[in-house]
Parts: sequence; structure tokens; C-alpha cells
Amino acid sequence: MIGADIQILMPEILLAVYAMGALMAAVYTTKDGMAPLLTWATSGLFVLLAVWIGINGQGTNIAFGGMFVDDGFSRFAKIVILLSAAAVLLMSESYMQRRGLLRFEYPILIALAVVGMMVMVSAGDLMALYMGLELQSLALYVVASLRRDSVKSTEAGLKYFVLGALSSGLLLYGASLTYGFAGTTLFAGIIEATANEPSLGLLFGLVFLIAGFAFKVSAAPFHMWTPDVYEGSPTPVTAFFATAPKVAAMALFARVVHDAFGGIVGDWQQIVAFLSVVSMFLGAIAAIGQKDIKRLMAYSSIAHMGFALMGLAAGTAFGVQAMLIYMAIYVTMNIGTFAFILAMERDGRPVTNIDSLKMYSKRQPLRALAMLVLLFSLAGVPPMVGFFGKFYVLRAAYDGGLAWLAVAGVIASVIGAFYYIRIVYFMYFGEEGEALDGKMNPVLWTFLMGSAAVMLIGVVNLFGIEPIAAAAAATLVN
Amino acid sequence: MTVFAFTFYLFAVSTIAGGLMTVVSRNPVHSVLWLILAFLSSAGLFVTLGAEFVAMLLIIVYVGAVAVLFLFVVMMLDVDFAELKAEMTKYLPLALLIGVVILMQLALALGVWGFADGVEGRIAAPTGDLDNTRALGLLIYDKYILLFQLSGLILLVAMIGAIVLTLRHRVDIKRQNVLSQMYRDPAKAMELKDVKPGQGL
Amino acid sequence: METIILFAPLVGAILCGFGWKLIGETAAQWTATSLLFLAAILSWVVFLTFDPSAHPNGAYTVNILRWIESGTLSTDWAIKMDRLTAIMLIVINTVSALVHLYSFGYMAHDENFKEDESYRPRFFAYLSFFTFAMLMLVTADNLVQMFFGWEGVGVASYLLIGFYYRKPSAGAAAIKAFVVNRVGDFGFALGIFALYMVTDSIKFDDIFAAIPDLQDATITFLWRDWNTLNLIAFLLFIGAMGKSAQLFLHTWLPDAMEGPTPVSALIHAATMVTAGVFLVCRMSPLMEYAEATTNFIVFLGATTAFFAATVGLVQNDIKRVIAYSTCSQLGYMFVAAGLGVYSVAMFHLLTHAFFKAMLFLGAGSVIHAMHHEQDMRNYGGLRHKIPKTFWMMMIGTLAITGVGIPLLYVGFPIGFAGFVSKDAIIESAYAGTAGGYAFWMLVVAALMTSFYSWRLMFLTFYGTPRGDAHTHEHAHEAPNSMLFPLYVLAIGAVFSGMVWYGSFFGSNDKVGKFFGVPYAEASEHGEAKAEDDHGDDHAEEGGHGKAHYNLVGAPGEGAIHNSPDNHVLNDAHEVPVWVKIAPFVAMLAGLGLAYQMYIRRPDWPAKLAEQQAPLYQFLLNKWYFDEIYNFVFVRPAFALGRILWKQGDTNTIDGGINGVAMGIVPFLTRLAGRAQSGYIFSYVFAMVLGIAVLLTWMTLFGGAN
Repeated sequence: MIGADIQILMPEILLAVYAMGALMAAVYTTKDGMAPLLTWATSGLFVLLAVWIGINGQGTNIAFGGMFVDDGFSRFAKIVILLSAAAVLLMSESYMQRRGLLRFEYPILIALAVVGMMVMVSAGDLMALYMGLELQSLALYVVASLRRDSVKSTEAGLKYFVLGALSSGLLLYGASLTYGFAGTTLFAGIIEATANEPSLGLLFGLVFLIAGFAFKVSAAPFHMWTPDVYEGSPTPVTAFFATAPKVAAMALFARVVHDAFGGIVGDWQQIVAFLSVVSMFLGAIAAIGQKDIKRLMAYSSIAHMGFALMGLAAGTAFGVQAMLIYMAIYVTMNIGTFAFILAMERDGRPVTNIDSLKMYSKRQPLRALAMLVLLFSLAGVPPMVGFFGKFYVLRAAYDGGLAWLAVAGVIASVIGAFYYIRIVYFMYFGEEGEALDGKMNPVLWTFLMGSAAVMLIGVVNLFGIEPIAAAAAATLVN
Repeated sequence: MTVFAFTFYLFAVSTIAGGLMTVVSRNPVHSVLWLILAFLSSAGLFVTLGAEFVAMLLIIVYVGAVAVLFLFVVMMLDVDFAELKAEMTKYLPLALLIGVVILMQLALALGVWGFADGVEGRIAAPTGDLDNTRALGLLIYDKYILLFQLSGLILLVAMIGAIVLTLRHRVDIKRQNVLSQMYRDPAKAMELKDVKPGQGL
Repeated sequence: METIILFAPLVGAILCGFGWKLIGETAAQWTATSLLFLAAILSWVVFLTFDPSAHPNGAYTVNILRWIESGTLSTDWAIKMDRLTAIMLIVINTVSALVHLYSFGYMAHDENFKEDESYRPRFFAYLSFFTFAMLMLVTADNLVQMFFGWEGVGVASYLLIGFYYRKPSAGAAAIKAFVVNRVGDFGFALGIFALYMVTDSIKFDDIFAAIPDLQDATITFLWRDWNTLNLIAFLLFIGAMGKSAQLFLHTWLPDAMEGPTPVSALIHAATMVTAGVFLVCRMSPLMEYAEATTNFIVFLGATTAFFAATVGLVQNDIKRVIAYSTCSQLGYMFVAAGLGVYSVAMFHLLTHAFFKAMLFLGAGSVIHAMHHEQDMRNYGGLRHKIPKTFWMMMIGTLAITGVGIPLLYVGFPIGFAGFVSKDAIIESAYAGTAGGYAFWMLVVAALMTSFYSWRLMFLTFYGTPRGDAHTHEHAHEAPNSMLFPLYVLAIGAVFSGMVWYGSFFGSNDKVGKFFGVPYAEASEHGEAKAEDDHGDDHAEEGGHGKAHYNLVGAPGEGAIHNSPDNHVLNDAHEVPVWVKIAPFVAMLAGLGLAYQMYIRRPDWPAKLAEQQAPLYQFLLNKWYFDEIYNFVFVRPAFALGRILWKQGDTNTIDGGINGVAMGIVPFLTRLAGRAQSGYIFSYVFAMVLGIAVLLTWMTLFGGAN
């Protein structure tokens, strides 16, 4: 019995054991001297696990009495999470090293956060969900303030921690309301209990739960922490925030609303649509005034989460599929973009001011071109892949009977295009400013170019992600 | 009103009152004391439910350790809450309004509260004659082993985090090295001089 | 082979238009021209070897690719080969090939361009592109493909009319042609939509098969019910009117003469303007069931023939005379098509293509000789200077005015091409309308045709040289590349009528055989006995005498369709003798009058114009159509446009967009920036606010209530 359960949980267990082993190994040897090795080893393990899950995973397996669900949907999310976390770890190594931030705890914390995310996306029970969420969040609070000498970094960590605690409180309150109504914390039981007319109390529970998730995906109006934390955290950590946790939270969101509340789609659909439209517009509008590229990326991610939520709001299998595709594309774009941001430095110091990009194309035409492709993709300009992500969610919303949401999405993406293209304008037409250093770590260069190439080549068939996402969505929504 | 109901309402009211006062009291030390009251009252509630073990845990861990720690921190930090509050009072009317709205809605929701069909079947059955500790042990080491282990991981992360963020290995201070103290050879470290009385150095 | 014919011009256009920098100007021109000649030769092969009886329904289809798949709309890009297509193929490709060749000489030096400018490859590319579009139009096997070609020729026409883009008048003419055609195209498009709506298909075969079931159907359009087929036929005809410059939509054609003369010959005489006639013939199964519309077509065609001829009487620009003549001849074709004798309409289309292209090219030769002087009042006595051109123009004039030997029939009538085909139309008109309006209009128009054609000849080649003496001194014969096309076209202008008389205007069995339509012997009572259409040839003798046969094909069987009670073709052979010689007499009268006025008494025209000043002005100003249109449509449209531009676009839309982009959005941005205060409690406040909103939403609209 327990043996079979453990079998299903093997990737998570392996990762957790690895993290603990690595911790011991590092503490008793050279401590931070081990950090580069650990970083690479952790990335490698992530990739291995992703491959393993991709090849080995089959069917729907339930462990621990339904608390842990291993299905196509969770596997899709896990693979995206693992690969993006691996990419970000690799990208962060040299940056952290040079700023003296590469402590051996960093890869270990990331690994534990990833364990939390994997539990999140596989959760089949409100308690397991909460455990995964807290494991992930706690690790992230710590890495946010990793640069503990910097006021901004510690402030970011503290803000994130306090607000995160509040959101956890909201989530727990919602969970307790749900439990009070349904008498169980298992998703399978909740969906049974809500088959008949749900009471207002349960709907309130749903609202609180969704508020908690919205905080994690940084959907407006629960987004306020995002810009400050993105700006304050070390850039590799920001890159991490913008990728894997977003996927995990979004997948968790989808799992709860479909697995536990799939019977009352009409009720949460409105809430999700509201979050979606507010996020899209807020992300688009507030980003315009930003001068710091990390803050800008924070608002960008808020807007992108609005689009992903649009797919979820459709309340259909196609909507979930669109959301998954959108998230995969979003993560790919962000990895490339952050690879570029990580390389922005002058005299060995990181620069995040947008003004510093003026006439960048003259000095680094290839990199500027790659960034242009990525920005266009982020803005959703065809034929970049980002356009197709938007296209999928718009179509899902339209098919789901939310034509107004699709229209709002189009308008928001038009407004949002402004600030992406403004960066392009700076790079190609701005006045000459203080130049950035030309050096770029080969790892970063590879990720930047690779991501940009994906944005162009993916036009062909999105690398075949569509049927996989469709299969994943089908296991969730039925 | 039965004795059971009376005790329930007594503890419930004092829990809420304690929570409320924790938030509104001006002196942070008072806040912590009110918090302790809230903890104690909820421990009482657990006792009325027949969950003595949890009640005792609450008192030992939260009152005995956490709250006292809070008290130390609050006293040491010396935060000027008055200043923070002044900033907050700007928003007070609006915040009150929203608070009232939420409260009314919650009241509305709880007023029409209904349980789902078949809730009795889903609520976990009591563990029978087993005493608290044993029942709890059966649950967390068997049914909820996954959650238990995950909590362990969370605590591990919390520990790592605390160390990462606070431990400083300073090199500009002298440290005590026990071994070098122990292996110190008096013969090498000391030179005995026989100073005659009255002579001086 | 059909595919080669279709794509050779496209390849030529692409190679010549985009590749001339690589292969050089001359090579590019030769590429385009030789590809066109290849297409022309293959077209003749196809035309001569095409045997309708070898294929079901007298047609076959060559699939090229899957084109549109959208819901129930599913169509291939395919070539529909039947007799109509074959005829159009030879017309288009022959004239186009010759015009390409002709352009070598005509476009060699052009004062509209600077010395070192390369305009020739562009011109050839446009010509080839036009040819491709026109071929698309005629080979279409569905309406959308046809519309594609239809618009393609419109674009090519626009480009070519405006070829001298430095001349404002050329630009204006190009725009005018495009806009006026747009009116027609709108009708055409509506017709296609309506057909798709009622038949759920845009393929000709499906549409034709569905038509008999729709006879009594009605359709609501513009707030009232119409007979479906009549309405659709009418809408399609509006498209045809635009392309073929029929009355009310004709104003662009004379102005289109701003383009280089080879263009006028190719597009505005031989091919594009006949697209409307082709459309009506192609849709003959539909037209046969739309009596009200065909009556209208007859009426409008006859009126156009008359109107254009009257205007042609007084024009002084040599190309405009021919342009109005074209307009008038198109009216003839529409009369025939409207009467249901589609074969006759196609017949005139074919012969007209030869002699009208020839007249234009001849006129081009004259203009070339006279250094781009186009006013006939400055010509005179040119027959000694440019004798070859003169003789070719003479043949063209003999053809258009309809010179032949009336009443003589030796298996076919003896006469120039125009004589045979125009007389066929006039006889059909008499038979079809019982000597009514259309017939008389056409006869009068024939008289005027003769007059203005001879007037053109006399003013240009006879009398004394007028105008700039220097120009006259230097008048010279055109190079051989310009003369050779004239010779080829002359052959067509002389013989095409006699050769294909039987096929187009013979008895029904010959016509049916030619077009692949089943025919049957008609008894006295009008009962039709079915006859195998590839059976023995029963008609040893021509159609004169009793009507032996009727076309009995169902819609879609064969290239053209005649309803069972359509006997115009048979009746046309039995008209009274005076009807048969009427056009000839009219021609003689016109010739005599022209001779009198321009050779014997050259002072008469001026006097007459003075005496009849109002009439002269009326005709000279083309019945004031342009002025009326200018007043009724153009100026209000400009005014409306200006209002929309200034008030609507600049103030409302630009103002609105700018207001949003520069006012509201930055305001919101600042607001969002202020909300991001950095204080945790304000962040918490936002979250709580969000919760409150969501809870309220749930209370009000949640599922529980």
C-alpha cells in the first residue's frame, strides 16, 4: 500500500532527499565552495526528473487516499516547472557568484521550493495543497531577501513574507469554510458535495481560496507585492519568481477550480474573469510609467497572468489547454528576457534602468535583435509564438461565451504593446546614452538566443505542445 | 443552557475578545498578553471538544514558547506603533466601511449556512475508544504521513532560511578556540620570573 | 496545356517585373513576349482541337489546387474548359501576344519618362499580369475565382491607365476607372453572395444544376421581395455593366484612353471590356430564367450602342472615337446576349476583338507617326506618308462598318468580320423583339458607326495636312514590330466572320455542336425529339429555311444554355429581306454622308456644328454624363469625405485615440503608481478591497441566489 504510494511520489521524494543530502554534504565540507557544483547538480537533477516524468508517467495515479494525484495535467505542469527552474538556476550561477550571493543554500532552497510546487500541482486535498504552497512560499521568502545586506532585498523579502502570510490566512479561511460545508478536504469529496445547490458560505470559501491563489499568481488586485519584490530581489531570483512558481500556482488554481469546484463553473468563472480583466489592464497600464526593467517585467507578468486566467475563465477543457500553452510560452519568453536582463551591467555592476538600453542595437545588433523578437513575442505580435498564446486564450474565452473578456483582452494587449515596443524604440532609435558592458556569459547568451529562436521557429507547430496540452487538459476537465 | 454550552460560549467570547484586543490595543506588550488570552481560550475550546492533547500542545507550545518569544521580540524591537498607526488612520473610515461590508456579508453567509448533502458520511469517523494521543499518532504517522513529512520539510526550510538570513561569519573579531586553549603549554606560553621583593622590574 | 496557357503570362510578369535587373531590360521584354506567344499558340491548339462531344456536358475541368475550405464553402482553383473558355483564350492570348510585340516599337521612346528611366519592363510586366488575370477570369470554374480575375484585371487596368504617372490626367483617369468599376463590382459581389445564399455553392456546375428549382423563389432585398433569379441576374449584370462600360457606368472608358495605346487595344477594346459579355454568356443558364433582367439587358445594350455612337460622331481625339465605338459595339453584344443568342454575342466579341484591336493599334501607329498628336483636326493626307498603316486602318474600318455582300450565301455570307457578326446581331434583334426598339436603335447605330468610322479615315488619311507642318514632315511609317501585329489582326478582321459563321450563327445543330450543347429536332408543334449530340450530322444545309433544331440542354449542359422556348436563333434566319439589308444600307448611308461632309464639302461640319450648336455641344460633352455625375456623386462624396476627415477622423477618432493614449492612460498609470506606495498596509488594503468586491459580487450574483 504505502510502497505503491511512494512509487508514485518518487520524483518528489528523490528531490527532497537530494536537497537534504546536499545540505549535509555542503555543511560538512567547503560550505559555499560547493555552491557552483550544487547549482549545476540541481539543474541537472531537475532536467533528469523532467525527462523521467515525461517518459515514465502514464495514466492517472492516486496516492495517499487521494491527497496526491499524478495525472497528465500535473505531469505537464511539473515538466514545465522543472525545466524552467533548471534554466533559471543555470542562468543565475555566474551572476550570483560575482556578487557574492552564491551560497550553497540557494540551490537547496530552490530545490525545496520545487518540491513544494510539485506537491502543489499534484494536490488532491486542501491540506496537501496548503503544505505544498507553504513549502514553496517559505523557500521563496528566503531567497527573495538573499542579498541580506541590501535594504531593498530584505524589504522585498519581508513584504513578501507578510503579505504572503496574509494570503495564506485568506486561503486557510476559505479552506475551512469549504471544509465546513463539504465535510471533507478531498477534492473528490468537495466536487461531490457541490453537485447540488451550494450555499453562499461555500461560495465565500471559494472566493477566499481564489484570493489566495490570485496572490500567488499575482493577479490584480492581489498583485501589489509583485513590483516591489521583483525589483528588490536579486535578478536571478526575480527570474525564478517570474517563471516556475507562476506555473505552479496557475496549475494549482486550475486544479482546484476544476477538480474541486468543477460543478459550479458558472460561479467561479465570474471571479476568474474579473481577476483576469483587472490584471490585464492594470499590468498594461501601470507598466507604462516604469523606468526599471525588473519592475516592468513585474507588471508584464501581472498582465500575462491576466491572459492566462482568461483561458481558465473559459471554464472548458480547451480553456485549460489554452492556459497551459500560454504558460509554457510565457515561461519560455521570460527565460530569454531575463537572460538578457541578467547580462545588463556596467563596470561589473548590474543595471536595470531602461534608459541604459539606448541605442543598444548599435553595439550589440544580434542581442538587440533577439530581445526585439522576445519583446514582440511578449507583446503578442504575430508571427511570434507569443501571439499564438494570446490567440489560444482569446479563442478559449470566446468559445466559452466570454466574448466581452476576449475584446477586453485585445484592448489590453494593445495598450500593453506600448511599453514593450518602447524598449525596442530605445534599443533602435533612442539617443546615445551611457553604454552597457558588452560581455555576456555564454550560458545567458545561449538561453537568450535559444528563447528568441523558439519564438520564431515555434510558429511552425509550437513544437507539438498543442496535443500534449490538450491531453493534459482532458485529464483535468471531464 | 447546559454547562457545556456555557463553557463553549465563555471560551468563544473570550477568544474573540482576546483577538480583537490584540489588534486594537495601543501597547504592543498588551497586545501579546491579549494574544495569550486568545490562545488559552482556544485551548479551553479544544478541551470542551475532547481534544485535550491539542489543547495542551497549544498551551505549551504557543503560550509557553511562541508568545513569550513574541514578548521578547516586541520589547527588544521598540517599534513605534503610534507612528504607523497615524499613517493608517488616514484610511480608517474607508477601512471600517469595508470591514463592515465584509462582516455583514459573512453574517449573511453564515446565517443561511447549510451543509452539503451527505456531509455526515464524509466527515471522518471518530477513532472510537482510543485516547487522544494514540488517535493522533495513528493519523499523522499513517493516514497523513505525507502531510506530516511535508510539514517537516517546511520546518527545515524555515530553519535554513533563518540561518541563511542571519548567520554571519565575521572575521574581524576574536573567537574562542577551545582546543587551542586546552593544548596550550604553560611552559611555552609563560616565562616565570623570580622577582625579588622590593626590587621592582 | 491549359495550365501552361494560364501560368505562362504570370511567369512572364514575374520574370519581367522582378527579374529585369538580373536579366536586362530587353531580355525581360522578350521573355514576357515569347511566353505570351507560347500561350497564344497553345490557345489556338486548344481551340482547334477542343471537341465538346468528347467530354460530358461539353466541358472538362483541370484542377490546380484546393483553394478555399470554410464551412460549406469549398472550392478548388480549377480551369473550366469549354467552348466559351476556348474562344476567350484565343481572343485574349492572340491580342495580348500581338500587343506585347507591338509595344516593342510603341514604347521604345516615351517622352513621359526621363532618358535613363526603366519603364519598359514594368509595362510588359503589367501587360503580362493583366493577361494572367484575364485568363483567371475566363478559366474560372467558380464565381469567386472569376471574381478574383475580375478584380485582377481591374488592378492591371488601373496600373496601365495610370502608367504615365507623371500626368495628372492619367492618374485621375485611372482612379475613375477603378472607382466606377467598383460600383459594378459591388453589384457583382452581391450577386455572388446571393447565389451562394440560395444555392450554397459558388461552383458553376452546382449553381446551374440548382437554377431550375429556383424559378419561382423570391428573395428579400432592400425591403421588398424580388424574384430570386431576376435579382441575381440583375446584380451580376451590374458587374458586367461596370466592366463593359455600359450606359451609366461607361464614363471611365473614354478617359481610360489616357493610357498608352497598346493598353487601349488590349484592355479597353479586345479583352477586359468584353468580360461583362462573357459573364452574361457564362451565366446563360441563369439569364434564361430571368426574363425581366434580359429585357433590361437588351434595352440597355441597345441604348448604349446608340448613345455611344452619337457621341462618337463629334469626338476629335482619334482614340476617343474608337473608345466610343467600342462602347457602342459592346452594346451590340449585350443586345445579343440579352436576347438569348449567346453564340452571336460571343461571335461579335470574337470578331470585334480582331478589328477593334487592329483599329487601336493602327491609331497607335498614326499617333506614333505624328509624335503623339491625337487630335484628328491636326491630321490629314497621311495615306501617302504611312501607306501600310493606312491600308490596315482601311481594313479595320471596312470590318467595323460592316462591308460585305448582302444576301449572298455560299455556305457562309461574304463580307468582312464585322459585317457577318453585326448583321447577325441585328437580325437577332429583329427576331427577338419583333422589330422593336432594340432593332431600330442598332440600325441607327450602324449608320452612325459607319459615319464616324469613315470620318476618322477621311480626317486622318485624306484631305490636306493640317496642324503642325513640322510634325507632318517627319511623319514616318512604324517599325515592323508594330506593323506585324496589324497584319495578323487584319487576317482575323477579314476572315474570322466568314470562317466561323456556321459555328456561331449557323443552325442550332451546328451551334450546339460547336458549344457542346445537346440539340434536338423540332417538329411543327414544337415538340423536341431528343438527339444524341455526338450523333450524325443532320444539318447538311445551313440554318436558312425552316428551323430544324432546338438547343435542348439542361442548364449546365454545354457552354451555353437556351430555354426550350427560346427560338431567337432560328427566327433570326427567317427575317424579312429588308431587315437583312438594313444594316448594309445604313452603312452605305453613313459612308455617303461622311464622304459628303469630309471629302467633298469639308466646310459643312463646322457650319452644321454652328447651326445645331445645342445638339453639337450636347454630343461633344457626351450627354453631360460626367458633369451630372460630378454634381450628383463626386462633389457630395468629396464633401462628405472632407467632413468625415476633418470632423470624424481628425477630431473624433484621432482626438479620441490621442485623448485615451495621452490623457487617460497616463492618468491611470500615475494612479497605479500612487497606489504602489510601498507601504504594506496599503497593499493589504488593496487585497481586502478585492476580497470585498468579490464577496459582494458573489452575494449578488452567486449561484446560491
